[in-house]
Amino acid sequence: MGLKYLLEKEFKQLLRNKFMVGVAVMFPLAVLLIMPWATNLDIKNIQVALVDNDHSPLSRDLIRQIEHSTYFNLQSQTGIYREAFADLERWDADLILEIPAGFEYDLVQFGTTPVQITINTVNSMKGVMGQSYMNELLMQYSRALAETGNRPSSIVSPKVELITQYMYNPTLNYRFTMIPGLIMITLIILGGFLPAVNIVVEKEMGTIEQLNVTPIGKFAFILAKLIPFWIIGLVAVSFGFLFAWLIYGLVPLGHFLTLYFFAALFILTMTGFGLLISNHSATIQQALFVMFFFVIIFIMLSGLLTPIDSMPGWAKGIAAFTPTKYVVNVLQSVYLRGSTIADLWIDMLVLIAMTLFFNIWAVISYRKSQ
Amino acid sequence: MKAVVVDNIHKSYEGGIRALSGISFDADRGELFGIIGPDGAGKTTLFRIMATLLLANEGTCRIDGLDVVDDYREIRKRVGYMPGRFSLYQDLTVEENLGFFASVFRTTIAENYHLVEDIYKQLEPFKRRRAGKLSGGMKQKLALCCALIHKPSVLFLDEPTTGVDPVSRKEFWEMLNRLQKQGITIIVSTPYMDEAKLCDRIALIKNGQFMSINRPMDIIRQFDLPLYAVKGDDMFRLLHDVREYKGVDHCYVSGEFHHFTVADGGFDSSALLAQLQQKGHSAVRIERVEANIEDCYMRLAKD
Repeated sequence: MGLKYLLEKEFKQLLRNKFMVGVAVMFPLAVLLIMPWATNLDIKNIQVALVDNDHSPLSRDLIRQIEHSTYFNLQSQTGIYREAFADLERWDADLILEIPAGFEYDLVQFGTTPVQITINTVNSMKGVMGQSYMNELLMQYSRALAETGNRPSSIVSPKVELITQYMYNPTLNYRFTMIPGLIMITLIILGGFLPAVNIVVEKEMGTIEQLNVTPIGKFAFILAKLIPFWIIGLVAVSFGFLFAWLIYGLVPLGHFLTLYFFAALFILTMTGFGLLISNHSATIQQALFVMFFFVIIFIMLSGLLTPIDSMPGWAKGIAAFTPTKYVVNVLQSVYLRGSTIADLWIDMLVLIAMTLFFNIWAVISYRKSQ
Repeated sequence: MKAVVVDNIHKSYEGGIRALSGISFDADRGELFGIIGPDGAGKTTLFRIMATLLLANEGTCRIDGLDVVDDYREIRKRVGYMPGRFSLYQDLTVEENLGFFASVFRTTIAENYHLVEDIYKQLEPFKRRRAGKLSGGMKQKLALCCALIHKPSVLFLDEPTTGVDPVSRKEFWEMLNRLQKQGITIIVSTPYMDEAKLCDRIALIKNGQFMSINRPMDIIRQFDLPLYAVKGDDMFRLLHDVREYKGVDHCYVSGEFHHFTVADGGFDSSALLAQLQQKGHSAVRIERVEANIEDCYMRLAKD
């Protein structure tokens, strides 16, 4: 009853605010349109300085392979390691490949020969990726050599050949892992930040003074704040799903209902959290800073940017308390693996528990008098 | 039963600021009770305690016989509160604001229209305008409507006329007098001394204490010293020179005059005039005047 009028008022205010209506549509669009390209982790154009001490047909063959690779650019080619190293130091080269003298002879004679790779790992991601791409290339080269018959069996003769099959994301497209996470970020901003500001605005405008001297109950007050953001969040997430399909052709392998169920749950978690912060803040500035602090932790530890399994124990411990960890897992699983609620029941229980915790605390901490 | 009974209220804020020390008063049903004092005297703190928004450290407050701590829920249904700061939704229209506050009290605009009719009629041409876009006086009228729409038995108005032009102020007080006739108890605060005489009774507040509670006329009648007004070309120097004059008790600025009281009957205004002229003051006028509330306040505040 009282809730109905409060909701009516909240919706009037929200819809009158054209900015907010735009945010619900434009935000998911902008995030999905720009972020997957900017946060691309595929590394290309690794600059290679080549030191060829052999100048044989085989070494030239290898060099041609490198030239043809899309991952490598042959930046310079010398016969002196020191010069190549100077390139590395000037940041002109990312990687040095040194082919020893007698490369061809050793290969033909003994079937094996060492080559040296020197990598700049200031950007560890680029360094490690460069190394693994180079390994891959050398491996292919030696396999090709073995197949041509008149050549020796192989450069490196692996006893066990590693055949990697990428499950659920066969092309290892980084964007496909990012998009479900980006949909979550949209929900954090809309479902978390907006409510965090909302109650504080009533405090700053003084309207809460007037509202507090009325028979409105705490529960109705918080619920009236919660529901509009929940609906905005669901609208935004729908646009997120739509844009993921339109722009990237990404459709979930799992069921849309599963996605909506978890999205609805997660919005409630974040909204409760936002309202809680709003209750405890005196100014918009305060609310935003506190929210930022938590949101950064939530995103960093969500497993979206770095896998949680590779975090140290204490970070894993903190991550276990972030709702984002569960929702990223859920969104990725449903999108790429086609998981169902039955597979994700642990995530569901944790999210439900967090939702109840934050929202009940938000109702309790809303005080009408001091 | 008294409509409002405040008994020995004490309130300190964190950091040891004493806002109220030992405030007591009561108001009858249908009384227009004014709390008069400068900024920082503790008026808003007192209003917030009476409106169940703030807990006092000590003392009790009863509205319609209900305690502000134990029965706050019931009190919130039957009081109207208009905070000193404009507290309506600026992004809602005039009509929506009024409708909203009616609905949270489970009533409608139509049901209590007779109460707000006089005021709302003036707002009607702007009813589709957002509250944030109204003039200062209009905002206060709307806020009064919103505080009245649920037919409260007690109305708390915290500085309703601050920042409002003189014409709107006058209208506002006329409305209060009409509401009072309908049996609504009104507790109003104001920093304007000239509004005090429009109240049935007033309390003069300073530093969290009431200096006097009485009918405005009685407070003025209690002013027992001869009071003079003085005016000249150089008002600033005049203030200083009058204060120097032997026999002048207390001299202070009062509008375009300086008012001063004298200690005993031996005061001769022509002697003061002569001395002031000797000191180079021109166009000096000294005359005996009747005290107003402000003089009473200055007198009490000095002691």
